[in-house]
Parts: sequence; C-alpha cells; structure tokens
Amino acid sequence: MTGTLLSISGLTKAYPGVVANDTVSFDIQEGEVHALLGENGAGKSTLVKMIYGLVKPDSGTMTWRGAAFAPPEPRAARASGVAMVFQHFSLFDALTVAENVALGMENPPAMRDLAAKIRDVSENYGLPLDPDRTVGDLSAGERQRVEIIRCLLQDPKLLIMDEPTSVLTPQEVEILFKTLNKLKAEGTSILYISHKLEEIRTLCDHATILRLGKNVGTCIPAETTARDMAELMVGDTLHTPTRTITEGGEVVLDVKNLSLDPSNPFGTKLKDISFQVEAGEILGLGGVAGNGQDELLAALSGEALTDAATITVKGDPVGDLGPNERRNLGILAAPEERLGHAAAPDMSLTANALLTGAIRENLTHKGFVDWASTTAFAEKIISAFDVRTPGPHTAARALSGGNLQKFVIGREILQNPQVLVVNQPTWGVDAAAAASIRQALLDLAGAGAAIVCISQDLDELMEISDHFGALNEGRLSEIRQAVGLTVEEIGLMMGGAHDLDAPEIDAPAQEQSA
Amino acid sequence: MDLSAINPVLLIASLMVAATPLLLAAIGELVVEKSGVLNLGVEGMMIVGAIAGFAFSVETGSPLLGVIGAAICGALLSLLFAFLTQFALANQVASGLALTLFGLGLSALMGQSYVGVRPPAMPRLDLPVLSDLPVVGPILFSHDPILYFGIALTAVVWAVLKFSRIGLILRAVGENHDAAHALGYHVVRVRILAIMFGGACAGLGGAYISLIRVPQWTEGMTAGIGWIALALVVFASWKPWRVLLGAYLFGGINVLQLNLQAAGVAIPVEYLAMSPYLITILVLVIMSADKSGAPASLGRIFHASQ
Repeated sequence: MTGTLLSISGLTKAYPGVVANDTVSFDIQEGEVHALLGENGAGKSTLVKMIYGLVKPDSGTMTWRGAAFAPPEPRAARASGVAMVFQHFSLFDALTVAENVALGMENPPAMRDLAAKIRDVSENYGLPLDPDRTVGDLSAGERQRVEIIRCLLQDPKLLIMDEPTSVLTPQEVEILFKTLNKLKAEGTSILYISHKLEEIRTLCDHATILRLGKNVGTCIPAETTARDMAELMVGDTLHTPTRTITEGGEVVLDVKNLSLDPSNPFGTKLKDISFQVEAGEILGLGGVAGNGQDELLAALSGEALTDAATITVKGDPVGDLGPNERRNLGILAAPEERLGHAAAPDMSLTANALLTGAIRENLTHKGFVDWASTTAFAEKIISAFDVRTPGPHTAARALSGGNLQKFVIGREILQNPQVLVVNQPTWGVDAAAAASIRQALLDLAGAGAAIVCISQDLDELMEISDHFGALNEGRLSEIRQAVGLTVEEIGLMMGGAHDLDAPEIDAPAQEQSA
Repeated sequence: MDLSAINPVLLIASLMVAATPLLLAAIGELVVEKSGVLNLGVEGMMIVGAIAGFAFSVETGSPLLGVIGAAICGALLSLLFAFLTQFALANQVASGLALTLFGLGLSALMGQSYVGVRPPAMPRLDLPVLSDLPVVGPILFSHDPILYFGIALTAVVWAVLKFSRIGLILRAVGENHDAAHALGYHVVRVRILAIMFGGACAGLGGAYISLIRVPQWTEGMTAGIGWIALALVVFASWKPWRVLLGAYLFGGINVLQLNLQAAGVAIPVEYLAMSPYLITILVLVIMSADKSGAPASLGRIFHASQ
C-alpha cells in the first residue's frame, strides 16, 4: 500500500509557561513504521495525545487519508482506526484480561465471544494470553500483550506505541518486533516512540526527531548512525562516559548465600545469592523487573535485615544493621522509585537531603536540625549535579523525573560512600542527564567505591559495568566479565523469554488471519 | 424472664424491616465507593431523606410521593458533595464529614414543625392466600413495597456491576481513574452519577426509618445507621450480597436484643444495645479475611491534567 495515512501540519500546543509542540509537521505513510524520537520533555507524548484525541491542539491541522481529522475524544480517534499502547500501561489491575480489553473497545462483543477472539488474535500474533486471568497477577511483558491485543482487536490503521520495549527482555523485544513487522506487512502503520536508537534503526522506516517541541529533522534510521540521531535529539555533541580503569582492589562488599522472604505478598523471594564487589568495581545486575531487584536493594540497604554474617563490608558483618547504621559505615543506596521511596514527594529538596544525609554530613546536633548546613548540602548537590530547579526549597514532586533522579543519586554520591547500591539510576531520564549520572557513577568507582548497579537498561549496564550478572526469579546468575558478552548470552542469563513463540510470518498464517 | 414471649416468625419479619434502611444506604455507598469516591456523608443524607420524606408524605398525604421526594432530596444533597470533591477538588473525607454535620443541622431545622405528627401509613403487600399463609406469609408476603425494592436493588446492583458495560466502566473508573481517562471515559461524570445514586439510596433509607420503621419524626433519629452502612461496605468487601447479609445480621441482632430487653433478660441493657454493632462487625471482619477488594482509586482526587 502506498499513500499518506496521516499528515500532520503545523500542530502547536502550549501549556502555561511551556510550548509543548511548536508547529510540528510530518507525514505517516500507509504501512510504514515511523519513529518519533526525542528527549524527555521534547513533546512526543503531547503530540501523540493530540493524534489520539486526548489533547486538543491550539492550532494546526491533521489530515487522515485526505480528509480533515480532529478527534474530539479518544473514542472518535479509535473509530477512525487509531490505537495506542501507553507507556505507563492504562490497565486495571483488579479486572481480568478480557474486561481490560473490553474497556478499550467501542462495541465489545459479549464476554464469551471476546474471550475466544482474544485467544485467536493472541495465538495468531504469537502473544499467548489467558483472557480470564487478573491483570494484577501478570508480568510487565504480559501486561503489554494485553495492551497490544486490545489495540489489534480494533483492527487499527495506525498503532501508536509509546516506549514499548523498556520493560522487556531482549527475547521479548525480538518477538515484539516480529509482531510489529507482521502488522506492517498487513498494511498497518505504526508510530513508534522510543529513545533506544538501535531499536529504531532495526525497526523503523522513517524517523522524525523532536527537540523542545520542534521538529528538528527527519532521517531514514537504517542509513543514519545512532550517534548522529542522538546528537540531533540532544542538539549537542554527546559525551560518552569515560572511565579510568582501576586495578582490582580489595573486596569491599561480600554477600554470601543471601536468602530472604519478601516483605510483601507479591514480592520475590531471594534465593541463595552470593557475590563480591571490589573497591573501584561496578557490578551490573540485569533482569526483568520483578525478579528480586527491589528485595535485593532492600537487603543491601538495610531495609530488610538478614543474619549479620550474610553481608559483610570490609570484613565487618552488617547484615543485621538498619539503614542508618549502614549509612554510618558508608553503605548507601538509591532505590528505583523516586517519589515515595528515594524522596518524599511533598517535602523540599533541603528536607530530602536531610533524610539520608543527616548522619554522614552531621546535619543534626543533639536532636535539632542544623538547617543552615542542610541547605548548604542541598545546594551543593544541586550545583554539582546540575539539577535544574528554582532552589532547594522546591518540593521534590515539582522536579522532572530526570532532575529528581540527578538529585537523589547526587545526594548519595556526595556523601562519599564506600558501597553504593543503585536501582534503575537512569530510568525515565533523558540521554544527557543519563550520561551525566553514569559518568558520576564511574567517577565514584574511580575514587575507590564499590558499586552495585541494578538496571533493566542493558546498554547502560554494558557501558558502565565491570562485571555482569542477572536476576531471575530471585536467583542470581553466574557473574561474568562484562566485556565481550553478547546480547544472546545476556538474554540466556536473564532466563530468556518465557512461554513465547515467534509469530509465523509465512503465507498460510496470513491467509488464516485475512 | 420469659423467652417464650419472643415469636420467631415476627422476629424474622421485623428484622427484615430493621435491616432495610441500612441495606439501602449501604448499597448506595457501595456503588459510590466502587466508582472510587469515599462519601462519609451517608448519615447526613439519610437524616435529610428522613425529614424530607416525612414532610413530603405529610403534606401530600401520599407515602409513595414522600419516599420519592426523600430520594430526590438525598441526591440533591449529595450534589453538594459532588461539587466540592469533583470540581473544587476538595478532600473527600473532610467534605463527607461536613455533609453529615450539615445534614444533621438542616434536618433539625426542617423538622421543627413536624415533631409529634403522624405520617400516612405505607400500604403493605396483601396478596390473597399467600399473605395469609402461616409462617411464610408474614415473613415473605406482608411487607411494604420499599423492603422488596431494597432486595431487588441489591440484585440489580450486583448484576449491573458484574455483567454490564456500565458496571465495567464504573469499576474501571474506581480502579484506575488515570487509565480510564486515557481510554476516553468521563471519570467526573461517572462519579457524579454514582454519588447521586448513593445520595438517593441514603435518602430512601432515611425515609424508610421515619415513615415505616418508626413512623414519626425525632431529631437525629437515624442514630448512626449511616456510619454502620459505611463500615458495612468495607467489611462486606464491596460485594452486594455480603452487604445484604451484613444488613440482615445487624437488623436481626438488633431486633433480637430489643426482644431480649423486653423479655427482661438479666444482661445489662447497655451490653445488649451494643451487641448488634459488635457482632456484625466481628462476623464481617472474619468474612473479609480473604483479600479485600478495595477499589484502588478509592478516596483519591482525580484531576485531568493535560
């Protein structure tokens, strides 16, 4: 099929104080995979929300197959053939798969027929799913399948995918790409939003790059290097983190046979985890979310207690010490959830600096808070880590994800830890901020700290780790030298893809589906 | 002490009457909470419904018009709560408490000239043969129409929540209002309708007390039934049939303890009077030991930003 499916011309949307989209124009052809690239805050989400009818543009027009297109609400957009897979899944945990699918459809059939249809489509596209299961019990990958199947059942002409691969294993990504290619072969256009450049290079036919709400260029990803695209996105030359190689030092953190029951009923049990981290070393731990990452961080930070001898730091047993006692010894942690775990959302940055920094930075005296030095510490973090904020009195909630992440990581690094445990240090952070956070971790390791970096971003782990291991259902794989590991090997360490079949792209399958 | 004075047939018949106001208010609040809104104003809407229903039926001479008026007044009062929480984005707990206090005051003001007046009686179901059957007749076939309406409403709410698309959307809004909004559902509209339904049910429950259960008007006559309804919804794990069970249990023990008091049992009256509250909550706590299905967005303020 050829021809233009959706043509966007001069779309502008301003919010108080910020222009989210400034006269953006581009075309999506029938049956192509079109990438929308950009940093956080570049206006990608606002743009797709306008296409999906959630947000009304201030000015500009959209044309759908030659006719004017201005959906007043998502229902109208869905009726035209636009379907969307959201970045933060728009799913209802307490409802079943079939109910979730029904909610995303205009005229859902009776539940029994719908269940049969879901089975049909899910097998056809290699995305196995049981319609009767409760969504709250599904893994992140399975949840995404629910969203995709919800879209597919409406026979979309344009499928919008917002950061679809951030929660998947490499094998699951491969299967998703096969599904998307099959859809493309059937004539469906796909608008693919991502900042993972290698993915875009393998999958997409065209790319539009947004920066600060403006369309700053288009390219054919297969013919453009990832670095060029990244620099278009950032509008600046990108600094690749550099590191000074240190000689293997003494073992700082030693974990022996750590087994731990989770504190909440949906958690993962840690099973017999052992590893060592030397001074100046970064140990990268990969794995799909929900395989024990949070529990491991809790055990290392002191939120969950174990036998004293299970965790030792420079030979001292610390397993039975709480977080503050560990901070006193220089064992610091930055958990994944920024709002609510790493920082108190409604408290100021100064108060948040006090919460973990009180002990090592001597911010309290005889039970009274020394606000002057606390503010000074907060200001030091803000300037050292380039946190963009009006000042230390700002509430943590008011910061963008990337800025708050720089703050919480900076807060721990500036306390000069011996051991630092971070979980998802650059999750939801734009490329420039991510690079500076990674550089800070490398510098800290260069200064002799032992770092455990838990992350689901494999590129990140490959970039900064000395050794790599993967968590799978609460077990730790063997720890291997990071240099020279292939994606296949990593995927196997992560436990591969469970219960997945590649969709059949051959002719008979298509005839069946047609 | 003479326990033989207690007639089991009359006991069952009167426990159904005692349970109905609680059932009506709790079913309404269940729908409200399923949509993700916590309205603590049930007691206030009930007492306003009680006086409004009383006044309407005295003035018009028709108990049915009184009951309808009570439902409309309950819904109107709940609109105040809906405005505060859905448009002004006020805190739901504080708004609900304010609504209760406001309702208690308003009803006292409205009811000044109705103290000591007798309302017209609600006709009872009188089926030939069936109503005259021994045992079964008084229990099943000789009640007022509102009592049957309460049971039917429970069944309808259950079926709508479980099987219908409207019920699915209501549950979705209560479960995750951001996702429901992203899919294009009108969160605020759904919630306002649910709040009004809850208000109408609470008003109806209040009118049942002032028109049928105790046909007279006294200030504060709902006596905490609205609060029990709130607790009942939680302990019934947001399941309509469990609400019915809990309401009947509460009504049953209440009637039983009144009978025991009358029979002169040697237990202090205070213990008997507190027993319905204690036993109902105890039983429901034990029953809700399985995972309780609180709507995930319950009590959270929704604001469609961007």
